[in-house]
Amino acid sequence: MKPNLKITRRVTEMPPSGIRAFFDLVMGMEDVISLGVGEPDFDTPWRIRETGIYSIEQGCTSYTSNKGLLELRVAIADFLRQRHGLRYDPEEEILVTVGVSEALDLAVRALLDRGDRVLVPQPCFVSYAPMVSLAGGEPIIVETDERHGFRLSPSLLRARAARSARGLILNYPCNPTGVSYVKAELEALARLFRGTGLVVLSDEIYDELTYEGEHVAFPSLPGMRERTIYLNGFSKSFAMTGWRIGYAAGPRDVIAAMTKIHQYSIMSAPTTGQFAACEALRRGRSDVLEMKREYARRRGLVHARLNAMGLSCARPEGAFYIFPSIRSTGLDSMTFSRRLLEEEKVAVVPGTAFGRCGEGYIRISYASSAENLREAMDRIGRFTERVRGGT
Amino acid sequence: MTEEIVEILRRDARTTPEEIAAMLGRSAADVARAIRKLERDGVILRYRAVINEEALAAAAGRVRALIEVRTTPQKNVGFDRIAERIYRFPEVKSCSLLSGGYDLLLVVEGRDLQQIGNFVAEKLAPMENVQGTVTHFLLKKYKEDGDILVRRPRDRRLAVTP
Ligand SMILES: Cc1ncc(COP(=O)(O)O)c(C=O)c1O
Repeated sequence: MKPNLKITRRVTEMPPSGIRAFFDLVMGMEDVISLGVGEPDFDTPWRIRETGIYSIEQGCTSYTSNKGLLELRVAIADFLRQRHGLRYDPEEEILVTVGVSEALDLAVRALLDRGDRVLVPQPCFVSYAPMVSLAGGEPIIVETDERHGFRLSPSLLRARAARSARGLILNYPCNPTGVSYVKAELEALARLFRGTGLVVLSDEIYDELTYEGEHVAFPSLPGMRERTIYLNGFSKSFAMTGWRIGYAAGPRDVIAAMTKIHQYSIMSAPTTGQFAACEALRRGRSDVLEMKREYARRRGLVHARLNAMGLSCARPEGAFYIFPSIRSTGLDSMTFSRRLLEEEKVAVVPGTAFGRCGEGYIRISYASSAENLREAMDRIGRFTERVRGGT
Repeated sequence: MTEEIVEILRRDARTTPEEIAAMLGRSAADVARAIRKLERDGVILRYRAVINEEALAAAAGRVRALIEVRTTPQKNVGFDRIAERIYRFPEVKSCSLLSGGYDLLLVVEGRDLQQIGNFVAEKLAPMENVQGTVTHFLLKKYKEDGDILVRRPRDRRLAVTP
């Protein structure tokens, strides 16, 4: 008898990633300038890499405790206290994970029963809705729009939040829009949540890449700590995507439940990465600031060039993405991106990869050298002129 | 703003005032004015390319040596006069006064070992107030003033990621 390799409905019904489709297109081509990359172009700062190497030389190659090295959890607790005024107990309220990706997966699996609704504001990181679905929950898409600066507001959420959603996935600074929030805006959201049972999964992985003012952590707002699962990691701010280290901080019962899943499915996050992450928190701050300053300059460059060529966009407040409107070209996102790739060899990501309301926009990552960005902007300018000229 | 402009130009001297203005959120006129002032004040001396001398010198058959020079300081002028006598030779590419076991450190360039040897024997060593020299021929340079002198590897990241 042939083996039964039937794939579950859960998986077959999952929509394919819009990024993946575009990735396949790009892979077939040479000499492409890619502004489609969702990770830093910097290598991990040397002091961090060297610490990882040293830990291997010392033979630190076994599992760590399920929750992660205590040393790292203590460093995380110190970071959260010093940078954001948050108090988390490293023994019971912090879990080290395989990136924010795993932390998010654990959180929805720990919190959602079949059919539980989770509000997912879009455009957003591609994993949110599929992860909620995989966990048995029902993602409720909340569309934001350019008219309101792609910002989440109480008025946008009020009606839905009242309708018994279990959770909300919040992400700021935002991939793909670059939007972040000031304290007053977050307080307005917090006021709304206080009257509900809503749990907030706050993905703050770009917190250190905030260019306007200081990042305000969601659980630092009055009354929000007990309803927030705070997610953060090392991938973006420390340019450590490949090390796969992130963490969750939150109420101890939820962290305990997440740890229960984690100990069966993962055991412990990568050991070398955990040692490197300790060094990142202890001595990596100047490296972060240096990278941030560089991103900030590129942001200014790209923002000015895009607006000058009539691809209007707001100045991103954080992360390393900018989300210009391409409506003036008359093309849809996918056509724009595909033609730009084929005709000028510049890869961007169609806005629709981040939700239906991303139609009419593209995501440009400025995690690329100034020379690359300059050249790419020249090409995009040439392309849009040609398209508008009707050829 | 001035400090940031200097840092940007130090990294890439071809960055235009307009680009710097966009990077810093200033007006291009302000940036251009600040750059002119830096030039006038002698903070920015000139704009030049950073060359991997290793790659070039090998191709052009030139050699470099680091030369330690012990000198006798002179009344009232200290090391300045002897330093000047030395650094005015065009083959001296750089010249610094150091603390420690010797006084001046020179980088000297020549066509071959012989030519540098001759410079030391005929010009440097016999100079009044020069007590002694030690010549180290440069074999390989790994990093220069913050720039690692190996070809940058290609971008290893996947072309499109979430
Ligand atoms: C908003 C957001 N959350 C989470 C992740 C995943 O990060 P990690 O590498 O920590 O899994 C990304 C990466 O692109 C992201 O942009």
